[in-house]
Parts: sequence; structure tokens; C-alpha cells
Amino acid sequence: MINPKAYLNPKLFDQDIDQVASRNGFGEGLVLAAENNEQVVGLCADLTESTKMTAFAQQFPHRFIQVGVAEQSLVTVAAGMALAGKIPFAGAFATFSPGRNWEQIRTTICYNDVPVKVIGSHAGISVGSDGATHQALEDIAIMRALPNMIVISPVDAVEVKKATIAMAKLSKPCYMRLSRDKIPVVTTEKTPFEIGRAEVFYEGADVAVIATGLMVHRALQAAEQLKSHNISVRVINCHTIKPLDKEVVIKAAKECRAIVTAEEHQITGGLGGAVAEVLSQNFPVPLKIIGVKDKFGESGEGNQLLDKFGLTKDAIIKAIKDVTALL
Amino acid sequence: MSLTIKANLIRQHVIRMLLEAGSGHTAGSLGMVDIFTALYFHILNHDPKKPDWNQRDRLILSNGHICPALYAAMAESGYFPVSELMTLRKLGSRLQGHPHRASLPGIENTSGPLGSGISQAAGLALAGKMDKAKWQVICLTSDGEHDEGNTWEGVMLAGKYKLNNLVALMDRNNIQIDGFTEDVMPLNDIKAKYEAFNWHVLEIDGHNMNEIIKAFDKARTILDKPTIIIANTIPGKGVSFMENKYQWHGKAPNQEEAEKALAELKSK
Repeated sequence: MINPKAYLNPKLFDQDIDQVASRNGFGEGLVLAAENNEQVVGLCADLTESTKMTAFAQQFPHRFIQVGVAEQSLVTVAAGMALAGKIPFAGAFATFSPGRNWEQIRTTICYNDVPVKVIGSHAGISVGSDGATHQALEDIAIMRALPNMIVISPVDAVEVKKATIAMAKLSKPCYMRLSRDKIPVVTTEKTPFEIGRAEVFYEGADVAVIATGLMVHRALQAAEQLKSHNISVRVINCHTIKPLDKEVVIKAAKECRAIVTAEEHQITGGLGGAVAEVLSQNFPVPLKIIGVKDKFGESGEGNQLLDKFGLTKDAIIKAIKDVTALL
Repeated sequence: MSLTIKANLIRQHVIRMLLEAGSGHTAGSLGMVDIFTALYFHILNHDPKKPDWNQRDRLILSNGHICPALYAAMAESGYFPVSELMTLRKLGSRLQGHPHRASLPGIENTSGPLGSGISQAAGLALAGKMDKAKWQVICLTSDGEHDEGNTWEGVMLAGKYKLNNLVALMDRNNIQIDGFTEDVMPLNDIKAKYEAFNWHVLEIDGHNMNEIIKAFDKARTILDKPTIIIANTIPGKGVSFMENKYQWHGKAPNQEEAEKALAELKSK
């Protein structure tokens, strides 16, 4: 059953659940963070509207830097501003930032250990018609490998807003991935959020699904459907991939004895990899990883692509059945 | 002590450091010693006893591999004991093979990977302007790293935002690892390129203390754009058998070579 302490959207399983692109939450959160702290600045690589930084740029024109189509410049200029005490939010598409500027992020942000917030919009295959060049499916892996970096993959626009405000208060490098397409609003303002803490959204004891981003809603639908088949599924919203909430992961392994992970990312190096690292070294249990299987995406509508690449409720249900059959 | 004598002393430190380390970058380090000396002993507004002093000028070193000269100038000016210079590149040393900000107070930026310095300096300068700060940003960059796209991204941005609180100095020594810059990847007319990006350009002899100091003085009077000082330098400067030889870019002297180099420097 739904964890009442998660205060999820009452319309969670309704057909007409509100749908909002998670990047919208970033636009709102950035303005709030900037109102709270005058050191917050914004930088963008010619994608101000796409990354939803327009409201910030209009409200704080002197704190907004347009770097042009130059992602290496985007993060190194941000690093320089952070050296002077600013808290820079640097926005672009995730395939280009952190895709194109990984070494600059590594050296000038992570090794310098300055609080730049790298915001990668248009992450995942649900980007849709732009095709594989614009669908970031490796960003979690490449950011997770960097010392000092915090990696956040929120479930919806409401959580993105909270994450934006929270990371502005954190004196560490952060990476946050955002969706382009509208996705279900799973949480509410009252839903608990703390960077580094995974939350149980659906209580269950036979198997745990640890999911991130838009896959959380699909995992919740799977859990609800399996309830009538007497399979009790725990669904964990893992918005912080690094540092991973090991306690919640190990507890799930001990209590449920089987784990499924689900993410809109390659199956190598993402959430599934992070969970596998923790399980294998602490409490090994059967694990199935749902993600994109070492392939590039393609053009199409977001939902068509999620279906084609097996990022569905049905795929989660099948993985749950497969993984429990292993017990 | 005159700046020239100080520079000679710093060159001797550089040779001893590289000998002790057994690896490192000799030519570029020696070539930039006069500029580091002028900066640390005349130009920079800084306090070696208070490296975090908020009003200090920010010195961004973009081509971090010439850090032996940076470290030697910092030690001589009082940031840390001169004896510590001999720990360069060794396990546990604050003097990392390429500078690391968190390792040593007074290092403004981590560097080594080329091409990122001007952008970071531009970011600092933007922040300084937002805060109406009085301090200046000085970025040391090499000619070789102008092969990097990131360099030109930063150059464009600094020109766009008219960052008059930013002064870059290019070590124009005409060499990089694989050979002469104009053979590896011709830079052609650097002055015209910077002018096209809305920078003020000065050109000096990078071994003439008066010219170095005058150029930085002049840069402070340019109020509508950033300034680049193209400093023509001789790689390996001060040691005749190293001068203008790109083979000394990434090589440290052995015992015999170091003794010969030190003898020549001491005789000056």
C-alpha cells in the first residue's frame, strides 16, 4: 500500500494525474533559491527557455550569464564564479553538459571542490523526437564516477523544486538530471525530501523496486497491480544516486530478499550499478536491472520510445516475477 | 634584492626541484620565472601570511604544468618554507605535480588540463564585478593551450562582458610538447585574433622586468575591455643549453645537467 507518510499525490493512480515536465520545477526552484540567497547565479548555454531559466534571467538579469553554445565554457566560467563565493547553476542539455565537458567538470568543479550545480535537462529517452544525439542515457554513470560529486535524479517537478532549493544550500558540486517531456506528478509539497535519503513510497515485503525519475511512477503502478495478485512490492524513490542511501537499500534486501531497479538510463553504471555495488558487498540478493540495454535511442514520441526500450510497468512486473522466482 | 637577482634565485630553485623530483616541465617553468617574480614581488596585491585575504588579486594559472616556477615564487615570497620546495611531486606533498587548490593555501585554482584557465578567470572577474570588488584577476596562459576550444570560448565571453578587471598574460614561447607551435598548430596572428574578440592587446619582452611591470600598469588603465599581454619568452631561459629547445618542455634535468645549469645561473 501507499506509504501514508510519503504524502503522495492523491490522484497517483488516476488517468488524469497532473503531468508536468520536471524541468519546470527547476525554473521555479531556481527563482526561490535566488530569492533566498543573493550568491545564487545562473549560467546557460543558449538554452534558457528549454532549461526553464527564463524566469530567473528576467528577475535577476545581473546574476544571469549567457555563455553561448559553449558547454566547456559554461562549467569553467561557473567554476570561476564559485571560486569567488558564488553558487552557480549551470544549465544545458544533459548530452552536452555533462556529456561534452566531463573533464572540465572533473578538474575545475569536482577536484576544485566548488559548489557548482550542473543541471542537465532533456535526460533520458523520453526526450523523444530529437533522437539519440539529444537523449542522455549515460549522464548518471559519468557523474557518479567523480569524487565530490552529488548526483540527483528527481521523480517529478515538485521534487525538482525542492532539490534545487536544497542543493543551493549545499557547499558541494551537484549534478541534477531533468526530463523534457511532461511526466506524472507523484509527490506533493508535503512529501519528505532530503538529499541522500531514499524514501519508501509504497510499502511491501516480497520484493523491492528501487527506481529513479519517471520510472518511479511506473514502479508504483506495477506495485498497485501486483497487490491484487498477492505480491507485496515495496517501491523506493531513489532521487539521490550518489551518495546512495545504503541503509535503505540494505534494509530492503534484508526484508524483501529480492530487488529490481528501474531507471531511464543505460544499465551500466547507473542506479542499477550503484545498487549492485552495495548489495554485492553487503547483503547479496537476486537483482534485476531495468534500463536501456547498451543501445542508443532514436526518434519517436516519448511514450513510444519508453515502450520500445522496455521501460514500462509491464517490464517491471515481469522483472518482479522473474526475480522472485529466483528465490 | 633586485627583481632580477630574485628571479635568478627562483630559477635555481626550479632546477633543484626538478632534479629532486626526477620529472616535470623545465622549459616553460624557466621561461616564466621573470613574470612570476614580477607578479609576486611587485604587481600582485597579496599577503602571503593571509592567503585567504578577500581583497587579494586572484592569480589563475591556466597551464598548470609550469608550477615549479609558481611554487618557487610563492615560497620565496613567504607562503611556505623554501625547504618544502624539495617535496615537489612526492607522496604527501602539498606541491602536487600539477597545482591543486585544496592542497596548498595561496593556490587559486586546480589546473593542468589545458584550456580552462581563461574561462575560470572570466568567471572570477564576472563575480568580482557583481560584487563591485576592487581586486583584479590575472590569468597566466600559454600559447600552446590556444589549440584548445575552451580557451577561445573563454576569450569570447570575456570580450562580450567587457571584463576590464581581467588581465591575461600569454607565455608566447613558441613551443609545445610535439614541437614548435607554428608547426604543431599555427596560431598565426594572435594579436589580431584577440583584438577581433574585443580585447586590448599589449606585447612585451617577457624577460624585461620594466616591460612586465609597465604592461600590468597599463592594463589597469584599460577600462572598457579585458587586456591580454603577449609576453615573448624564451623557453628554458637562463640556461643556455635548454633555451629554445622544445625537447625540454616535459623533461627534468639529470644530476650532471642540473649542476651545469646551476653553475651557469650562479655565474650571472
